[in-house]
Formats: sequence, structure tokens, C-alpha cells
Amino acid sequence: MGYTTVTGGQEAIEQSHQLVDLYRLSNAKSPLQVAEIQSQLQGLVDKVISESGFYAPSYATLAIKQGQGDPAEAVFLLCAYRSTLPRNYYSNTVYTSDMRVIRRISSSFKDIPGGQMLGPTYDYTHRLLRFDLMNEDDNQLKWILDQVRSEVTDNGETPTFRKVSDLLREQGLIAPVQSPEVEREPFDVTRQKVQFPTTRQARLQLLARGETGAMTAFAYSSMRGFGTVHPTIAELRVGYLAVSIPYPYAVDDEDSIYIGEVLVTEVESINSFKMSDQQGEVQFSLGYGLCFGQNEVKAISMSILERSLETPGTGPTHDEEFILLHINSLESNGFVSHLKLPHYTTFQASLDRIRSVKDRFEKTLEDEKGDVDGIEQTEVPIR
Amino acid sequence: MNKPRFQSDKYHFAFLDEASKREIRRATLKAISIPGHQVPFASREMPIGRGWGTGGLQLTLSLIGREDTVKVIDQGNDDSVNAVSIRKLIEETSGIATTTDTTKATLIQTRHRIPEEELREDQILVFQVPQPEPLRRVDAKELGTKRKHSEMDYSGIWLTLYEDIVRWGEVTIGADYPCLVHHRYLFNPSPIPRWDTPRLHQSGTLYLFGAGREKKIYAIPPFTDVTPIQFEDYPFRVESFPGASCKFCGRNDVFLNEIYDSVTGELHFQCSDISFCLKNRPTKEDVL
Repeated sequence: MGYTTVTGGQEAIEQSHQLVDLYRLSNAKSPLQVAEIQSQLQGLVDKVISESGFYAPSYATLAIKQGQGDPAEAVFLLCAYRSTLPRNYYSNTVYTSDMRVIRRISSSFKDIPGGQMLGPTYDYTHRLLRFDLMNEDDNQLKWILDQVRSEVTDNGETPTFRKVSDLLREQGLIAPVQSPEVEREPFDVTRQKVQFPTTRQARLQLLARGETGAMTAFAYSSMRGFGTVHPTIAELRVGYLAVSIPYPYAVDDEDSIYIGEVLVTEVESINSFKMSDQQGEVQFSLGYGLCFGQNEVKAISMSILERSLETPGTGPTHDEEFILLHINSLESNGFVSHLKLPHYTTFQASLDRIRSVKDRFEKTLEDEKGDVDGIEQTEVPIR
Repeated sequence: MNKPRFQSDKYHFAFLDEASKREIRRATLKAISIPGHQVPFASREMPIGRGWGTGGLQLTLSLIGREDTVKVIDQGNDDSVNAVSIRKLIEETSGIATTTDTTKATLIQTRHRIPEEELREDQILVFQVPQPEPLRRVDAKELGTKRKHSEMDYSGIWLTLYEDIVRWGEVTIGADYPCLVHHRYLFNPSPIPRWDTPRLHQSGTLYLFGAGREKKIYAIPPFTDVTPIQFEDYPFRVESFPGASCKFCGRNDVFLNEIYDSVTGELHFQCSDISFCLKNRPTKEDVL
């Protein structure tokens, strides 16, 4: 059933929904199991929980299935669902030095206290199609698991490491950590409208939820010449962080309840040096990135953009309003796709205007015998 | 059951098809003919990330024959993850010999270093280049930089050096120090430390530069003048390591890396060119 423009909207919508399911399942041998998506499409799940700012891997997986693998559609579903949930607590501050690290690298120093830890990464695989995956079967799955499990020595605890940036901080090459702000309710970008110029808190939240592709494009532009930030990564770490909330009936302020752990990617990048504001010392400036899931390019991009927004310059990445308002997946996708909605009345209004202007110009041209000098060359927007 | 790996029989010798190699070699010849000039080429998508050495890799793969011996270094090190990965790809797609010994290689692909040992006239050094355009610091757009090169208008870059001196009392460019090639084209020598820059001048070796993402090839042919841009009263200076020497071989006349011991956290120095360092060590104890 086509896109019926005149009447019959109700029926058209219903048939369209049925077609979605038909297209989704018509070539399927069996329906995709949510558990399989969660375990085998982790890159996609991580992207969706990160871009929606909603750490709910199993719901994200359902959204991915429902949205047929389109990350924007999944983020949309997940964020809409979040609107139905009450906000009960803000967690206690989490310290990433306590992270249970599964991967940790530095590109600033060859060796670092605790050592580099490659962990799971595609970085050094050659991107050649593995045709053997076309028909991966249960035997292959078992063989790989047995093989890898026997090679990976299991030493129980996943390690924790101190921060690489502390090495430079000890030498006075990076500004000391400012004493933590007094614990107070954070500015929450999902509950309050962001005003510009905004706060670092709001900025980091918006960046942490930004769309990977948009952020990568902007960060790349900064490094290629349309900005000034091109950092070196002091440390990139991926791992699990324990999250706790204040104990609701606490007598003592220290009482808290452990509510689980989240997988995050954190990046600290070092940018060119400058005079520090506080002590007048010459120091490297840091860029910071942190997001849910293993999303390394996003976390690196975040650190570049975060630094960019703190740095004056003329490139697009130095403009807070420009960057922060355009990296949101839900908003950009929603507005661009709204063009598919009918625009009959507004377009009718534009038709009226172009005909009127056209008539007037044609008349002018006749009067002035083809002299087109001075006719406005700029485009008139239609809305 | 086979461990999944690259099936070399499904791919052409040295990965690229012969027509692609020929096009890359043609751009290379043009680059050699116009020292320091950036020659555009239709960079292919490679099985490693754009920005991870695809320009260097395309040069290497288009140049090697069955008799060649290739060395790949990353930051001076044959054993660094990216060097290992690229060397493995070259081995698997061409089957030719590789080495870690600078003197035994006919072609060396490098990221960020020139080997400490003197290179010879029968060797080629291929650089991986992230940012080929030295004027990108002053002009974000290709049309602008092209015009400036054609008019030899390098005033913008001189001005940035001057501004650096006014602000910091020094030129602050660390690596990838812009140089003039044979008194005509300004070029980026890829992010080698300033330490390596003087070795580009009047060298007997052919230096080729490949920027895969930016789709440019350029060259310093043998016996070409390469001059770092500098003011008379603020001359170009290479890095110095006062009082430091390599923990393993003891040399202090080479480029050194600062290393934080992974166990104790203690700071020490180590040769950046590991294969050279290994040759100099009193014992052949392997401490890569």
C-alpha cells in the first residue's frame, strides 16, 4: 500500500505496519533472539546505550531488534521509553581510578605503570572479509571458545590502575585536580533546558550522549585544519565501574547501596601547552571523554570536542552552541526526517509567492528590455 | 577446523591489482621529478584504518618485488603493534622476506622515525604521513594552500614561527618540522622528531612520503637540499636529552624515549630505534 496522500490515512498506517513485519521476517529462517543480539552485536548495543544515555543493555537490544538494526531508531525507542520512568536517585560520584579495567592503552608513553593492556580490539586486525563466518556453526563456536579459553590465563580479578595523567601532573606539566565540588544535585540535561553559555557539567553530559558519527566528523574537522585541537592520548581505558546510591534511610552520610556496574570508555587526551589560568604556569591542557559502553572513537572525539569548546578559535568545533545542539541523535534524526511529513499548506504559500515574484520580474524585464542587472541573486528560503 | 586467517591465495601479489600499482608508481615518479611537491593520487581503501599508514602501505606494496626485503618500524620499533600488523600484512599478501635489521632491508616503511643507522643509496625509506600539507596550519582549505604553494607564498607559516617566538620565546613545533625542499616547495616531513630532520638533507637515499587519507604522494630524491625554516637569530634546534643515556646500551648520541617502568613507575630512557639498540648492547638479552 502506497503513501496515500488524500484520504484513508488510518488504513494506510495499519498496512504499513504490517509490511514492516513482513519485510522483517519474510526471509527469516527463525526470529532473531534478543540474547544473541546482546552477546554478538555488542558494538551496536554499546553505541545505542551510549547515544541514548540510558544504561539498559537488554532494553537497548530489544530496541535494536525492533528497529531492525538502525541505531538511530533504537536510540529513539529507548529514549521514549525512558520518559516513562521516574528518576529516583542520583548516584554517588564514581572514581574511574577504581575501574575494573579490560583494556587500557597510552599513546603518549611507551610503557606506563601497570603496563599497556590491549584487551579486546579490532585495531590490529586486517580488515579482510572472513568468509568462514558466512556459515559459522555450533562446532566452530565451541572450537573457538575452547581454544581461546585455554589460552587466556584467568587470574580472577580484573586489575585496577592509576591514571597516566598523574605522571605528568606530578611533574607539574598538567594542572592539579581541583578539589571536588561540594556534592549537590547535578544539572540534568534530560530534566532542564540547556542555556548558552552553558556549564561544563551540561556540556559533558551532552557530549557523552552525542551521536558517534556526528562527533567523529566534528572531531576530525578539528584535527584536519578547521580547528586547533589535535591531541595525543594520555590514556584510553575501557572497563566496569561500580555504581552506588546514597542509602535512602541513612543515619550516616557515608551509607550507600551498590546497585550494579556499568561498562564505560574513558579518554584523557593531552593537547598543546598553554599558560594556565590559575598559577600562570605553562602546562599541557587535557581533553576529557567518557561514555557508556566500549565506544572508543566516540570517547576520543568527545575529548577533542570537550577541549575544543574550552579553547578559543574560529573553527566550528570551538562553537559550543553549534556543536552541542547538533550532535544529538534523537533531535537531528527527528527533525531531518520530519521533512517526510506533508507540507502542503506551507508549500502552497511558497507557490503563491514564487508565482507573484516571477510575474513581477517578467514584467520588469519587459519594461527594461532584458536588463537583468540588479535582480536579486540570493536564494529565498521556503519553510 | 582451521584458525581463521588471511587466505593469501585469494588475493593478488602484494594485495593491490597491477593497474592500481602502476597508477601509484606513476604518481611516485612525478613526485620524484618535482621534489617536495604533493602529487594527488587515487588512494585505495586498504585493510588497515585510514590514518594508520595506508599511504605508506600503498607505496610499499606498489614498489616491492619478489627479491625485496622489507622492514617496518613504528616510532623506531619493529615490535610495536602497528609495525607488527603492517609487516604481517605485507608478508601474507606478498610472501617476500622481512627483516628487523636496517642494513638488510631494501625498503623500509616507517612511522615517525628515520633509523639511526646511515641509510644507503640502494635503499628506499617510505614514510607514513598523516598531514601532508604544511600550510594547513594557516589555511584550512585545499584551494588556498594550492595557490600559496604555486605562488611560493609561505608568509603565513613564517608568521606563525614569529608569533611562537613572541609568545613563548621559542618555536614550539615539536615534530613534523616544516622544511623547504631544494629552495622551492615547503613540505611536512611526516611527524619525525626534529632530531631526524637534518638527515633528510643531501641524503643518498630516496625518501618517499605517502598520505593515504589525504591522497597525496611526495618525495625527497637523493642529494636534495632540505632546509628547516628558521630565523637567523632563532635557529632550528633538535631535541636534547641532557644527562640521559639508554638504559640498555648506554648510548647518548641517539633519539631517546622516556619510559616509566611498568612495575616500579620509575623513569628511565631507552633508544627509540630498538633494532639499533639491540646491536649495541653488551649482552644480547632481549628487553623489547
